[in-house]
Amino acid sequence: MKLRYLSDLGKFVLWQKEVFRKPENWGMYYKELIRQMYDIGIGSLPIVLLIAVFLGAVTVVQFYYQMEGTLIPPYYIGYIVRDMMIIELAPMVTCLVLAGNVGSTMAAEIGGMRQKEHIDAMEIMGLNTSSYLIMPKLIAAAYVVPLLVCVAAIVGIIGGYLASVPADLFTQAEYVQGLRAFFIPFNVVMMLVKSVTFAIILVSVSCFQGYFVKGGSIELGAASTRAVVYSDILILLADYFIVVLLTQ
Amino acid sequence: MIRAEGIFKQFGDQEVLKGVDFTFESGKTNLIIGRSGAGKTVLLKILVGLFPPTQGRVWFNDIDYTNLDKKGILAIRKKVGMLFQGNALFDSMTIEENIRFPMDMFTPMTSLEKQMRVDEVLERVSLSGVNLKYPSEISGGMQKRVGIARAIVLKPKYLFCDEPNSGLDPKTSITIDELISDITNEEDITTIINTHDMNSVMEIGENIILLEAGRLAWKGNKEQVLGTVNKELDAFIFASPFLKKLVEAAKNNGKNSLENL
Repeated sequence: MKLRYLSDLGKFVLWQKEVFRKPENWGMYYKELIRQMYDIGIGSLPIVLLIAVFLGAVTVVQFYYQMEGTLIPPYYIGYIVRDMMIIELAPMVTCLVLAGNVGSTMAAEIGGMRQKEHIDAMEIMGLNTSSYLIMPKLIAAAYVVPLLVCVAAIVGIIGGYLASVPADLFTQAEYVQGLRAFFIPFNVVMMLVKSVTFAIILVSVSCFQGYFVKGGSIELGAASTRAVVYSDILILLADYFIVVLLTQ
Repeated sequence: MIRAEGIFKQFGDQEVLKGVDFTFESGKTNLIIGRSGAGKTVLLKILVGLFPPTQGRVWFNDIDYTNLDKKGILAIRKKVGMLFQGNALFDSMTIEENIRFPMDMFTPMTSLEKQMRVDEVLERVSLSGVNLKYPSEISGGMQKRVGIARAIVLKPKYLFCDEPNSGLDPKTSITIDELISDITNEEDITTIINTHDMNSVMEIGENIILLEAGRLAWKGNKEQVLGTVNKELDAFIFASPFLKKLVEAAKNNGKNSLENL
């Protein structure tokens, strides 16, 4: 079992050389890049918005419940929601959700192409399929996922507002005061570093699982599941290491 | 000309090909025949470079394909077209987009030139007017013809067909065979077909090799098939009880072989 993981790791590293080979036709790659940007960005937007709004809302209600009756000023809740969304919840939860949504779709799409001999057909034409099928997805995700994460952070903060101010937990002025308090611009940098890293992890792991799938539909389902599980584990690990590195 | 020298292929402990040698001549319809599991598809995939052989060499004219670098392999692949057993048509693209794909990727042709070439190959395979349909909207026989159209759109020198008749009724199979044979002659292509269909063998087999359990059991042409004394070929041809009965009927009528029917 351990040997299989090591062998897969070696295969993955060697495969990167093929993935980043010079494209045969820049125009076709660009077309594919735009399609992927649309699929990842617009395709995932509704679920990202839905999750973000509830993340913000739940965070506010949860912290209000814990701080009620303490001497901590209420505006702190706005400050906590902002920083939690920017530093942790928006990048991590968005990318965990994208691993389940986009990652499993990519693994299934590429695995299906492998099983239906589409990849073989492209290879016979003389196309570097590792590059054509993976590189546009990687670049698209590296551009689009940080944008989704930014949107998630903003919508999460709005969700916090909607759950608190209309419910009279505290005033709008207090919430806005909290949002403007103790702002550290570097936290946004940390959010962007996380989102680009997570995007690369979820795309490359998912595509690897799909590209090298063997067998039939059961194996394709298993590859799709592995894509999500491995992406999630690696995202959590990467999250920890990025935080340790950037907060030292 | 395509020449294979001592091709061995092993998957784990399983030896699929056990030293196969043959030569396929240029401009002819060459057939690889044999029962299911004989190693035909593996051999075909080795010839096109999708599998590396465990041992042995494949020559395209005087070029050793098995020892080429990436650039050399790509140069050979640009001369190859392939029809897959399951057609391998991209199901999210229309028929026209499927056929245009190799041109979009590899040629500097203008949009008008590409359109003209798409119409030309679709007309050649008698499928004019299906440009905007999706593969799922046409029949299996039509999908095969679209597969052929895509395979020949860049005017390849070599055409590989993996079980072109699988899943087709006998009449459609004959149409596909005739189409492949005609294209081979018209375009002076070297065609290699992997099949177990005896109709194909007898209709278009200009050069035939029989694989049996990973070994070359027989080679010849369609004229030599019925008069053969080769046991493996005989067993392959007369695997059908219907044909056996036909031969017995012929013998009862005083004719000593199927050839005399």
